[in-house]
Amino acid sequence: MDPLLLLEQFFNGLQFGVMLFLIAAGLTLVFGIMDMVNLAHGSLVMIGAYLATTFIGWTGSFLGGLALAIPATFAVGALVEVVALRTLYRRNHLEQVLATFGLILFFNEIVRIIWGPISLYSGLPDYLTGQVEIIPGAPYPVFRLIIIAVGLAVAGIIYAIVAHTRLGMLIRAGASNNEMVGALGINIKSLFTFVFALGAVFAGLAGMLLGPLTSVEPGIGEPLLILAFVVIIIGGIGSIRGAFIAAILVGVVDTVGRVALPVLLRAFVTDAAADTAGPAVASMLIYILMAAILVVRPQGLFPARTG
Amino acid sequence: MAMGMSKRILAAAAGLTIAATPVAAEKVKVGFITTLSGGAGIIGKPMKNAFELGMEHVGGRLGGFETEIFYGDDKRKPDVAKQLANRMIKKDRVHFVTGIIWSNLLIAIHGPVTRSNTFLISSNAGAGAVAGKRCSKDFFNVSFQNDVMPEGMGKYMTDKKIDNVYAMAPNYQAGKDMIKGFKRMYKGKIAGEVYTKLGQKDYQAEISALRAAKPSAVFIFLPGGMGINFVKQYAQAGLSKKIPLYSVYSVDALTLPAMKDAAVGTYGVQHWSPDLGNTVNRRFVTEYRKKYGKTPAFYAAQAYDTVLFLDHAIRKAGGVGDRDKLRAAMRAGDFPNTRGAFKFNNNQFPIQNIYLREAMHENGKYFTKTLGVVLSAHGDSYAKDCKMKW
Repeated sequence: MDPLLLLEQFFNGLQFGVMLFLIAAGLTLVFGIMDMVNLAHGSLVMIGAYLATTFIGWTGSFLGGLALAIPATFAVGALVEVVALRTLYRRNHLEQVLATFGLILFFNEIVRIIWGPISLYSGLPDYLTGQVEIIPGAPYPVFRLIIIAVGLAVAGIIYAIVAHTRLGMLIRAGASNNEMVGALGINIKSLFTFVFALGAVFAGLAGMLLGPLTSVEPGIGEPLLILAFVVIIIGGIGSIRGAFIAAILVGVVDTVGRVALPVLLRAFVTDAAADTAGPAVASMLIYILMAAILVVRPQGLFPARTG
Repeated sequence: MAMGMSKRILAAAAGLTIAATPVAAEKVKVGFITTLSGGAGIIGKPMKNAFELGMEHVGGRLGGFETEIFYGDDKRKPDVAKQLANRMIKKDRVHFVTGIIWSNLLIAIHGPVTRSNTFLISSNAGAGAVAGKRCSKDFFNVSFQNDVMPEGMGKYMTDKKIDNVYAMAPNYQAGKDMIKGFKRMYKGKIAGEVYTKLGQKDYQAEISALRAAKPSAVFIFLPGGMGINFVKQYAQAGLSKKIPLYSVYSVDALTLPAMKDAAVGTYGVQHWSPDLGNTVNRRFVTEYRKKYGKTPAFYAAQAYDTVLFLDHAIRKAGGVGDRDKLRAAMRAGDFPNTRGAFKFNNNQFPIQNIYLREAMHENGKYFTKTLGVVLSAHGDSYAKDCKMKW
């Protein structure tokens, strides 16, 4: 494969990776600080996508729709935490899995009831449909570059919050040892609600950016959720830095693997066999990667837990 | 004494009444399985609409008999389709299981349904796997065999001397059939053969690889939501005007409204088009537009044809009681249909024309225009492996 194509595929992988990071960030925070397995995190991606599509339709403006959808997703996240998830913190992980799995079913149905089962396709405003030649000879869609930019910006914002604010300090302390934080007199309840709602916004933002690229329908969050779990396991539970690095790693391995593997296999087996086996093995790649990393470092690349 | 007499009179009267009641004509029961949820719901809902429109046109009675239709949503999952088929056969006791969009679902239910003394009519799926050795006397396909469309495309591109083609399809039975069928009649060079994940939504990586291979044309089979996502992303990557796009089962009345300008100028081949001029088709397209406000795609035309097919055969056979008589009536293939020229092959798959179409944008409307016949009265290549003769 020629190096320019490899570079272009790297960009594709980077774009997929930052999308995964947006989803994994909230997931790892919730898992790390509140010690809760939240399977319904993928549903927040879906809800963000639906809200954005609806608001874009109402306001007729892409940015206007996003501006409304972001606080709306925050509100939904806070509501879900207060009403449904608060009772789960004290429960064991299996009960949390069962309860949040039920939430997945609930959200998929309610979305089906409100918006119908048929996929929605939102378009992009004209100023975002062009291409830019970042790599000579390979025009790259502007919107995907924007996604990369947004993802990196969010990563920067999260870093700034976590490393340089009091809230960030509380988050880091909570990820290490949340009982101690509560014992020190911090209003743990509000902290948890805020952290959850913040994670919901990031997940919803991923959905809002995905919507114009692909389509919006019930259940779009679940495949991404599975990948997000792979990301936080590789990166280390509770670690934002780990989630970022693991997300880029997973994104690049999955994307480059998908296109490189059939080509690579042709060197060893017949073309027909390579074209059949390639896609199958490529879809297993990231899980093989996860298994390999767990063998070497079971707690993930950058574990945050001490307590 | 008197009590015993009246009891016997009552019993005799009851016996006479039962003997005198004529046996009620058997109700015709039909199961229709389609996909109503998710990205594929865009295909299933119009099929159900067209089926209902067909039932309206035959007065709600197939062959003149009282009819009950059972609808099912298979969610594009083979195990759900199997459960639905089983329920329809065992609980609802249907005479026909119809519908089925996806080839992998068809293969999953083909065995169980044909072994259960129930007719299976495919209103869309045309897997080669059930067209050759595994052909069954209880399975009819009123839509098409998957390979014939890509065969038509292969012949067209060979005739037009288009060389160096990049082919893409999803990694499942029908996807593999499509590329196989294309290569059966395409004699030029293949620049690349890529199988993507079924239901994949983001094709950016594949588009990058495609561009690097520098093909002179791209041939895709990406039905429903997959095609919409690919064609839109293809346009977003700036390739629509650079590398011509040819497709089968991907750009049609269903997906065009979502693809809009991204699809204009692409070519496709199909066995049916909304602008086919025969009487049945003109009535179908007009009535469908009037009732549902949209132009129907080939999926809907096939669902409508399924109703006409059953209605004609049941009427000809005088009911669903004699299955052999019914089968002979179905095999005649002389039912009114939206395609015009239609016959059954020995494997009970269609013999029909294949047309070339181009996607256009005129007067604010997106539609496909039929440009000509690519293959006429074309039968599929699996029929020779089917041992049935009649």
